[in-house]
Amino acid sequence: MRPDHHSTSAIEAVSHAAPALEVARLSFAYGARQVLHDAAFRVMPGEFAVLLGPNGAGKSTLFALITRLFDAPPPGSVRIFGTEMREEPGAALARLGLVFQQPTLDPDISVIENLLYHGALHGLPRAESRRRAMHELERVELADRAGSTVRALSGGQRRRAEVARALLTQPALLLLDEATTGLDMPSRAAVRRHVRNLCTTEGLAVLWATHLIEEVPEEARVIMLAEGRVRAEGTVPEVLAQAAQAPDLPDAFARLTASAKG
Amino acid sequence: MAHGGIPLSGWLRCLSGIVRREALRFVHQRGRFFSALVRPLVWLAIFAAGFRFVLGVSISPPYQTYVLYEVYIVPGLAGMVLLFQGMQSSLSMVYDREVGSMRVLLTSPLPRWWLLFCKLLAAVLVGIAQVYVFLLVARFWEVEPPLIGYLTVLPALILSGMMLGALGLLLSSWIKQLENFAGVMNFVIFPMFFASSALYPLWRVQEASLPLWYVCQANPFTQAVELIRFALYGQFDPVSCAAVTVALLVFGGAAVLGYDPQRGMLARRAAG
Repeated sequence: MRPDHHSTSAIEAVSHAAPALEVARLSFAYGARQVLHDAAFRVMPGEFAVLLGPNGAGKSTLFALITRLFDAPPPGSVRIFGTEMREEPGAALARLGLVFQQPTLDPDISVIENLLYHGALHGLPRAESRRRAMHELERVELADRAGSTVRALSGGQRRRAEVARALLTQPALLLLDEATTGLDMPSRAAVRRHVRNLCTTEGLAVLWATHLIEEVPEEARVIMLAEGRVRAEGTVPEVLAQAAQAPDLPDAFARLTASAKG
Repeated sequence: MAHGGIPLSGWLRCLSGIVRREALRFVHQRGRFFSALVRPLVWLAIFAAGFRFVLGVSISPPYQTYVLYEVYIVPGLAGMVLLFQGMQSSLSMVYDREVGSMRVLLTSPLPRWWLLFCKLLAAVLVGIAQVYVFLLVARFWEVEPPLIGYLTVLPALILSGMMLGALGLLLSSWIKQLENFAGVMNFVIFPMFFASSALYPLWRVQEASLPLWYVCQANPFTQAVELIRFALYGQFDPVSCAAVTVALLVFGGAAVLGYDPQRGMLARRAAG
């Protein structure tokens, strides 16, 4: 369960716990095409981490493995708050909130029904699910659209509804895969602002996958992925240092992705 | 029984949520409801009227007298509703996967076999509602089984629907794209329907072609139709019941394997 809102002691408590996400020695191939090579990184509780990589770097495959859409072959492992995904998928998935790259709301039913369906998939009582759904929709300023069909929402509203749905189960780790794809600048900023706010106020750990460098906040922890390999990891200054003292993040990104191809 | 800290009541809420969503989708897609109803009615009103004097139906169990051809084909048409519903369900799963909403289902903390079972049962319940509407409308064509038959046919519909839905689920785990679903129509639905006892008694097929008769006998849809036929007249056919159960276990087991993350069929499909 996520710590209570604005609970500093709870945030401090989780900061001493196991990593929110620990990926180790993760390799994966689609047939003969190797897409991940020995990937390893961590996201700590309360941390906003950005998985930065160009299209085709292996981000979505990594997400599919972290969310157990399919299993990674040994010795690769995915641990959520210390729980090995392959051994205890239920316990691990129960702590995850997910926003996928593709829109995943059912367009023919209402926003609230989409959220209630998600609550049911996690075994939540309907009344509790409804209470939480309205709370989350209020936080993304969509409470007045709860009864609208998803088809009637704009792209930005749909994305915010997906974030609200991901938070319905009060996850401790939120994964977002290219969550701002197809959105205009104000909508992208709104989604980003909301998620970062959750990090700082509620101690939620976030892994934000993107190919957009401008989505990396200065204080974020960066995991740079290229050609299926983690090329650099750390704070922005640490990543710059790992990219042969690159002057800025775009330059570091260009150097590290170029070296991956070379 | 707890999985991911979710108690048994949570499992049932999951089932209820999936059934509710399936029902909502069906209600919102009115065209789907009407086509589901019109399809068997076209067979009953047009095909049966045309063929009633061509295809003779002798007295054979469960019927105790000569019956109208319309009466004979109604169990087969009820089976056809379930067959199409099972395939429609698999079509929707392929669609769900393409648009991404399948991921929402598969990343639930509950076990995948349970999620697939819920999905299957939800589709079957929607199919059964369609069958009952069809059976009521069929009374206008003087297809009037005993009233108790409407009750005794329910378990047969559930079992047959689950078996056909499991087949659809299995197919959905192998189909890469929606476009491939046309192949399912050609290579699964039509052969299963026509090589069965839905439209003609199998003794007629046996007279025409012995190999085809064997095929019809081995067709699980034939067994489902016979199970429904007997149940609709308050009788139990143990052979067809056993055959449908075995087919359900085989198709259901294979479908669970198809969606098993360790077997990685989803991953292989993602590889293109």
